Amino acid sequence: MGSPFLHLSIADWVNDQVAAFVQRYGDAFHNFSVLMLRDMLVPLESLLRATPPIVVLAAVGLLGWHASRRVGVALLFVALLWLIGSFGLWDKLMQTFALMMVATLISVVLGVPLGILAASSSTLRRVLLPVLDVMQTLPSFVYLIPVLMLFGLGKVPAILATVVYALPPLIRLTDLGIRHVDAEIVEAARAFGTTRMQLLFGVQLPLARPSIMAGINQTTMMALSMVVIASMIGSRGLGEDVLAGIQTLDVGKGTQAGVAIVILAIVIDRISQGYGQGRRTRGLARKSKQPSRIPFRRVREQESEGTDAAKAGELTGKLNSEPAK
Amino acid sequence: MSGIEVKNVYKIFGARDASQRALELLRGGAGKAEVLEKTRCNVGLNDVSLSIGSGQIFVIMGLSGSGKSTLVRHFNRLIEPTVGDILIDGKDVLKLSDNGLRDLRRYGVSMVFQSFGLLPHQTVLNNAAYALVTRGEKKAAAHTSAREWLGKVGLAGYADHYPDELSGGMRQRVGLARALAANTDVLLMDEAFSALDPLIRTEMQDQLLELQATLKKTIVFITHDLDEALRIGNQIAILRDGRLIQCGTPDDILHRPADDYVRRFVERRAGTTH
Repeated sequence: MGSPFLHLSIADWVNDQVAAFVQRYGDAFHNFSVLMLRDMLVPLESLLRATPPIVVLAAVGLLGWHASRRVGVALLFVALLWLIGSFGLWDKLMQTFALMMVATLISVVLGVPLGILAASSSTLRRVLLPVLDVMQTLPSFVYLIPVLMLFGLGKVPAILATVVYALPPLIRLTDLGIRHVDAEIVEAARAFGTTRMQLLFGVQLPLARPSIMAGINQTTMMALSMVVIASMIGSRGLGEDVLAGIQTLDVGKGTQAGVAIVILAIVIDRISQGYGQGRRTRGLARKSKQPSRIPFRRVREQESEGTDAAKAGELTGKLNSEPAK
Repeated sequence: MSGIEVKNVYKIFGARDASQRALELLRGGAGKAEVLEKTRCNVGLNDVSLSIGSGQIFVIMGLSGSGKSTLVRHFNRLIEPTVGDILIDGKDVLKLSDNGLRDLRRYGVSMVFQSFGLLPHQTVLNNAAYALVTRGEKKAAAHTSAREWLGKVGLAGYADHYPDELSGGMRQRVGLARALAANTDVLLMDEAFSALDPLIRTEMQDQLLELQATLKKTIVFITHDLDEALRIGNQIAILRDGRLIQCGTPDDILHRPADDYVRRFVERRAGTTH
């Protein structure tokens, strides 16, 4: 009774390819790595670490208020971040934040244009989706070993690994958002002679904005979830403490750093969600206590009276006007 | 002023080789159902030829699936015909380059849609000025013109409102103002008043007739309502399953229906007094 399976292995072939690749392109990658470190990461990280914590806390408070228009929420963010500082983890928090910001920035710069292109080209989409599947599910360590051979240990491979993991949701959600813009609105815009650029920037991107912001939100969350793996390959930050906690069975230390990561995630999540909906939607959603189906509205003082007056004036006065809310 | 010529236009929805076979079947005299059965292609238009004089309201009428919305989208090439010619003011629309087509849509033909087609993230004023801003006019001038047209359709105070704050009738008036502000010779109206209640619909019809008295545009008006067609049309064309059944004045349709189908349409409204 023979087994139905052949004896196949791609392992040797992959090993040969990786060795050849590293030999040929190692220098170029090393230079790129130095460039990225010197011009992007280190300045940003130094800036964040050098800024007095009070200034950072105040900035977060302002940003939180501007995003959510609620003082309570902003104060909560400030309190939570202050708590992290009180745990003695402020410096590490800034390092993690810098790493995550660079990774998210690279993801947005790559992801939104790719998503826009995928939305307009079915061929590209068909080619891209399997690649995204691989990026999201292939265990990081599989491609990290060759990456480490090319870049060495440190922040750059950490960012690379984070980008590979965090990029796919943004591409998918941008593509989805643009494809699901109301076809009738797109038709109306085309009927008035828009160019493709006018259609993209005037109609599709504004209407796909909630979806794109959800994508950016997911990308930042995925980037944060890579923090521990990032520290395993040499980046500094909160992941270091979690790792040290695991390695020395110091559960408390690991938990503390873990809580700090969660707090950072929550603050970034809420702020980016706040910018995802326009202010109009938020104001309306709060008033109606229902999920708003309309992407963009702006709150005005006389809004409720205005709407009632408009609709009452439209009909010939046979209906009773609703009392102003 | 532009007249529109439609010459032997066929529109078949389906795969390319299947469409060719469907075309041959149609030219051989087959009907929509037979083509669907044999080639799985949906026939939108079946050898339609029309002549639309300039400066008049030309109504294209029919039930759902008759091809009327498909036909009106041929005039600004939102849909391309399978075969046939479409001439606006003597120029073949189908032979236009991309730039030419864009110019046609910006300066020659404007459209009002059944589901309004307004941008929800822009104010009423920006929506009304959309056609002007798209073709590159200065914002200030565009806004002045848009305000003027919003006034003419009766929405003078609503420039800074958003579309979702307006009722259906008001949104359609914004759509109408947007199309009129473009100041094109040809105006296409795809079931523009079908989504409105009967009172508002009558009001909008009156408003259209009033505006047409001064503007004298070539208006192609799509509807499924014979009453509406008789009320506002100078000429009426009736489509069924993609074929043109009858084309004539309201009087022709009422008193000299071409076949049983048209006669049934007319008889259904015999109860209403006019």
